Amino acid sequence: MTAISDRRQLAYVAAQAADARVNVELEAEGMTLNIGPQHPATHGTLRIVARLDGEQVIAAEPVMGYMHRGYEKLTEVRSYPQVTTLVNRIDWLGSFANEVPFILACEQLMDIEAPPRAQYIRTILFELGRISHLTLFLGDLGVQLGALTPVFYAFRDREHVLNQIEAATGGRFHPNFDRIGGVKDDLPAGWIAETKQVLGKIRNFLDTIEDLLFGNEIFTARTRGIGLIPADVGLSYGLSGANIRGSGVDWDLRRDNPNGLVYDQADWKVVTHPDGDAFARCWVRLQEVRESISIVDQLLDSMPSGPIMAKVPRIIKVPEGEAYVETENPLGVMGYYVVSQGGLTPFRVKIRTASFNNMSITPWLLKGTYVPDVITILASLYFILGDIDR
Amino acid sequence: MSDTTTDVETTDGPVDEARQALLEAIASELGDDVVDSHLLPGLDLWVRVTPDAWATTAAYLHDRQRFRFFNYLSAIDWLPSPFGRSMDAEVDKALGLDGGDDDDADDEQQRNGYAGGDTRFQMLARVHNLATGLGVNLKCDVPDDTLTVGTWTNDYPGAEWHEREVWEMFGIQIAGHPGLRKLYLPGDFEGFPLRKDFPLAARLVKPWPGIVDVEPMPEVEEAEAAPAVDAGPSTTNIEAEGGEA
Repeated sequence: MTAISDRRQLAYVAAQAADARVNVELEAEGMTLNIGPQHPATHGTLRIVARLDGEQVIAAEPVMGYMHRGYEKLTEVRSYPQVTTLVNRIDWLGSFANEVPFILACEQLMDIEAPPRAQYIRTILFELGRISHLTLFLGDLGVQLGALTPVFYAFRDREHVLNQIEAATGGRFHPNFDRIGGVKDDLPAGWIAETKQVLGKIRNFLDTIEDLLFGNEIFTARTRGIGLIPADVGLSYGLSGANIRGSGVDWDLRRDNPNGLVYDQADWKVVTHPDGDAFARCWVRLQEVRESISIVDQLLDSMPSGPIMAKVPRIIKVPEGEAYVETENPLGVMGYYVVSQGGLTPFRVKIRTASFNNMSITPWLLKGTYVPDVITILASLYFILGDIDR
Repeated sequence: MSDTTTDVETTDGPVDEARQALLEAIASELGDDVVDSHLLPGLDLWVRVTPDAWATTAAYLHDRQRFRFFNYLSAIDWLPSPFGRSMDAEVDKALGLDGGDDDDADDEQQRNGYAGGDTRFQMLARVHNLATGLGVNLKCDVPDDTLTVGTWTNDYPGAEWHEREVWEMFGIQIAGHPGLRKLYLPGDFEGFPLRKDFPLAARLVKPWPGIVDVEPMPEVEEAEAAPAVDAGPSTTNIEAEGGEA
């Protein structure tokens, strides 16, 4: 009797131990899921290593550097006018916006101000860049949530904006049009009327998207209450742009510190949303495109005539000094800290990009979320890999 | 090393009361920890603190001055590049364009920028107060022997990635950082790329061609011949070179 019960007991203990081992393995190890580096949701090559417990993310760690091009080092061996060619490639969807803060920083050091017409052209191209950038975002957003239709509308209508940028600057994606002291060329004939037509097309596109996506029950269910960012946490991570305005922070450099761009000449408002979730961030971007259209529309009407270049020396030497200038780029705050020791090349350029700070919140934000929401959250933060990796 | 307190410039130029008041508040709170400062009225403010006070400055600005927006954190290597400016082509020297005709001797010496400094490396960071709309640039010397400064991550968690970047690009140790590991570079990468003595290999292989004097188009030449005052090179076009990036 005793022998049998002993055997039973031993078998029972052994079975328990085996179960415990399996449990320990499951619980302690979790499962590691690699998202990327090649993934449609990453806008480039971002890799996210997520540790999962079932469907839940325990810890997530973005791994980047696959596109690190070392622009901060490269600027040190380029003359000032050459740097704009480089920095065009940082945020490749809003290229012109990358050039502007650098040029403004140089102008601040050289104590030059661009003529009013050049400032208008800069502001208009800046906003056209934002329109094309966020138009693609709105289409791409659908793809990442499984809705394929919006992206076709987005690519179709963005092309009209890119055509206008190309007509004015010669480049669809990389205008390289901004110069220290002004802009390279005046606007071509008939450009203003064509641009106004294009703005009408984008307005229609926005109405379509609002119906297709923002009025869609599935879209709302998948974005509402997902990826909550409280305002103070967002600020301490340096979030900017629509990401922080989606958390109810009423801060936009275009209004608060326009830095030589003529946003004060147009009547527009800063869009915020109090919720701080993925839906709020996407909704803010949608409304921002509408405001941008309104800004461009008004600036086209009130454009002054006059020269497009200030008097600058033929060989540009920037006097010794330091300057930090930031602007409200499509992705958020972008700034250049330029150190000059005189001469033809910058001594050091620190490039503050929006996506780098916007992404640095992901380890905090993704903790405790579910795998399908990871893609939603990444899509709503909206980053460009070139803007993270520089 | 300048005075222990801030040398507030009282020139007759424009007065920036908001930044002036902010500077005085910081100086009175941090006392001797503020080594130097630089104020450009209407533009910007630079404050340099001692290395020991680097982390406490962040805490003070975040908690007491309500500088809640973390902008960025980085470093500067003030060593004059041993490779020259990598732009000293023979063509430029002949034309007197090498940018160093009047300060050739100075190029050998280390010149730290605004708010001064004595060490080779300096930390550089910027935070922003949304209520007042003011930003402030913070600097601190990194001691040459230890190359260590305190972390900002306790007050600004967003500084974590920026400090990892500083660590891998400049080789500056961040004491108290939750996890210093490579951010951009491969794990087995050796050297610190943003240091001035780290050569840019592409530039050594293919030297800077100089500011090449591109011949203008005939009609441009005719138009420019009319005023006929230019003695310098005929255009500002600079030939771009490929093979990098």
